[in-house]
Amino acid sequence: MSRLEQGLARMRAAFSASLDKILTGRGSPDLGDLEESLILADVGPETARKLIERLKHIPSRGESARDSLATALVDMLEGEPPAPGLRLSGTPSVLVLVGVNGTGKTTTLAKLAARLGKEGKTSVLAAADTFRPAAIDQLQVLADRVGARVVAHRPGSDPAAVAFDAVQAALKKGNDLVLVDTAGRLHTRAGLMDELGKICRVIGKALPGAPHEVLLVLDATTGQNAIEQARVFKEAVGVTGVILTKLDGTAKGGIVVSVRWRMGLPIRFVGVGEGMDDLLLFDSREFVQALLGPGR
Amino acid sequence: MFGGLTERLQAIFRDLRGRGRLGVPEVDAALREVRLALLEADVNFRVVRDFIERVRSRALGAEVMESLTPGQQVIKIVHEAMVELLGSTPVGLDLGQDLPAVILLVGLHGAGKTTTAVRLAVHVKDRGRRPLLVGADVYRPAAGEQLAVLAERAGLPVRVAPAGSDPVVVTRDYCRQAPALGCDTVIVDTAGRLHVDDALMAEMERLSRDLRPRETLLVVDAMTGQDAVNVARSFQERVPIDGFVLTKLDGDARGGAALSLRAVSGRPVKFAGTGEGLGDLDIFHPERMASRVLGMGDVLALIERAQQAVDEQTVRDLERKLRADAFTLEDFLVQLRQVRKLGPLEDIVKLLPGMPMRGMPRGGVDQRELVKAEAIINSMTPEERRRPEILDAGRRRRVARGSGTQVQEVNRLLRQYEEARKMFRQLARWQRGAGRTSPAPWPPRRG
Ligand SMILES: Nc1nc2c(ncn2[C@@H]2O[C@H](COP(=O)(O)OP(=O)(O)OP(=O)(O)O)[C@@H](O)[C@H]2O)c(=O)[nH]1
Ligand SMILES: [Mg+2]
Repeated sequence: MSRLEQGLARMRAAFSASLDKILTGRGSPDLGDLEESLILADVGPETARKLIERLKHIPSRGESARDSLATALVDMLEGEPPAPGLRLSGTPSVLVLVGVNGTGKTTTLAKLAARLGKEGKTSVLAAADTFRPAAIDQLQVLADRVGARVVAHRPGSDPAAVAFDAVQAALKKGNDLVLVDTAGRLHTRAGLMDELGKICRVIGKALPGAPHEVLLVLDATTGQNAIEQARVFKEAVGVTGVILTKLDGTAKGGIVVSVRWRMGLPIRFVGVGEGMDDLLLFDSREFVQALLGPGR
Repeated sequence: MFGGLTERLQAIFRDLRGRGRLGVPEVDAALREVRLALLEADVNFRVVRDFIERVRSRALGAEVMESLTPGQQVIKIVHEAMVELLGSTPVGLDLGQDLPAVILLVGLHGAGKTTTAVRLAVHVKDRGRRPLLVGADVYRPAAGEQLAVLAERAGLPVRVAPAGSDPVVVTRDYCRQAPALGCDTVIVDTAGRLHVDDALMAEMERLSRDLRPRETLLVVDAMTGQDAVNVARSFQERVPIDGFVLTKLDGDARGGAALSLRAVSGRPVKFAGTGEGLGDLDIFHPERMASRVLGMGDVLALIERAQQAVDEQTVRDLERKLRADAFTLEDFLVQLRQVRKLGPLEDIVKLLPGMPMRGMPRGGVDQRELVKAEAIINSMTPEERRRPEILDAGRRRRVARGSGTQVQEVNRLLRQYEEARKMFRQLARWQRGAGRTSPAPWPPRRG
């Protein structure tokens, strides 16, 4: 135990220094160490291995190993061709936030309303988490904070009906956006995934072509299970993008590299705190810089 | 849970088993696969390295090479090392003699502290204690309300620090009031906090100093990746952590964080959250977890849970019906209610060695589905309930209309009914000790 602890402490201290050395190409760029840094960032062993493989085949052109890797990662995250921007062409545009329990859906929803509000867009928030105790109250408090209107029914009522009413309300009042909060659910619960499908179908009935975006909210501390979450949510409700929350901790959120690569889902925003302004546009360069540590 | 890792190791060891004598290359090949599987399961990179090193030095000893069944020997060593890493015996709560005993729950945002608080209260209440729930999250909107609603549902007393108050001062008062309220245990739900948020970490330290908790439990999401070790260490630097609660284990995360937490903190995982219900809290069993990780099934856990949730009379009735092949949809409804207490079907099935892991219906039975199932079954004629095979497309549409559901939902229920019938048949055979479809687990259970 103590040996491990010591080892870990030593590793931690040496980590940034050695990583830096490796990544900037000083010292011998040991690809094994690069792989380790990727795995420690939750990129996952398989994706890490593929990235390293790729690196071996890229002619170095005098670049450091770190820079080649960074370029490869940025390319991967941006996708080929680059994903178009958020689809906000509807009148109103309907965005649904989905994800497993506790990832930050409700908070992110309010942050989104604040962010898009600054662009002059008005939002209606649909309190379609009718399941978790006090979820509606939580959304109401946050909505007051960002000055958005909430459409809510009673706890335990049909979430699809809430979403439907919210779209109707926005249509009537001429709002630009409907943001739909949904109950957290594990992707392994088939019945609950069906419920989500129904919410989206009903939204489509209220407004043909809606929902315009279904955004999967992923917690940056999540490990490899995020891939499975992305796969199942995408299958069930046609997820169109990802929001990565809680990047203000020490977790790097490297799992979105695999989610982007394997599921083809673009990363839209990142959450960096509990405040209503703590939602940033996803910037793959910045993200990769943070993932790999500072270069030189 | 742990599905993929189990399958993976099973595949590796199947190869090893077939080989007879093992050399260094084989051991290394096997351990490379073990390493990969552990990394995919989110066990921390350095914990994995240490683990593999330990297993390798043991496996390369003479005992393996001279063993009659080297493959079995390697499995045994991996298994034992895993049990060691997880801690050998289950550790419950130790609430001591002082009253009231305070349990402090801490953790990151969204880990599941509030639900865990109520479940723990139910857990200690079932063991004869009188818990008071205290909400100390003054930051997240409606956090207090959430706790209050859950407490009310569980029929437990609750006090909630008002938004904007100093949670340390208010919580201390509530703890003092506990004896007057007839409570001997106080369970404190705290706000989610980042381990790098110095102000909130300092608040937690103050809470710990003032409340002198008997148990401080760090609640960790089972889906957590590599960062679990940083979180565990940072919290442990600030307050004495007595153990962990691993939540959301009813999902399909492999839960490698369990191994990481124990390895870096030296503290045990004490409980596992296994569902959305208030009773879905299990004592964490390291031995079983290791067996499970190695794909040996977890028959003990199944039997224990079954005994708690299913009364014997029902089981006997069921067995009789299964033998007479008279298991109807009405029985199914009764079973759904029972299974609800047992946890999702797939969890139960995973506990049985030799049962297929794939091809099972995803998802189990939850409260919301139960209501639907009831409506669907109630919309059938008695004839249909007895002989579901007569439910053709037309009848299914009628049933869906009658119950206010979709035809797909009716179809799913009927599929689940079929699966349940198969599973209960298997279970009944199991109980009679006749239906073992798998080879005997290896290594034999210890102790
Ligand atoms: N530090 C940090 N905390 C966050 C972030 N986003 C959300 N949170 C916190 O995480 C916790 C859970 O957030 P919620 O928005 O309630 O999560 P949810 O997904 O709606 O939860 P459920 O509806 O219960 O599934 C709250 O305490 C939030 O303040 C973030 O980017 N950083
Ligand atoms: Mg929510």
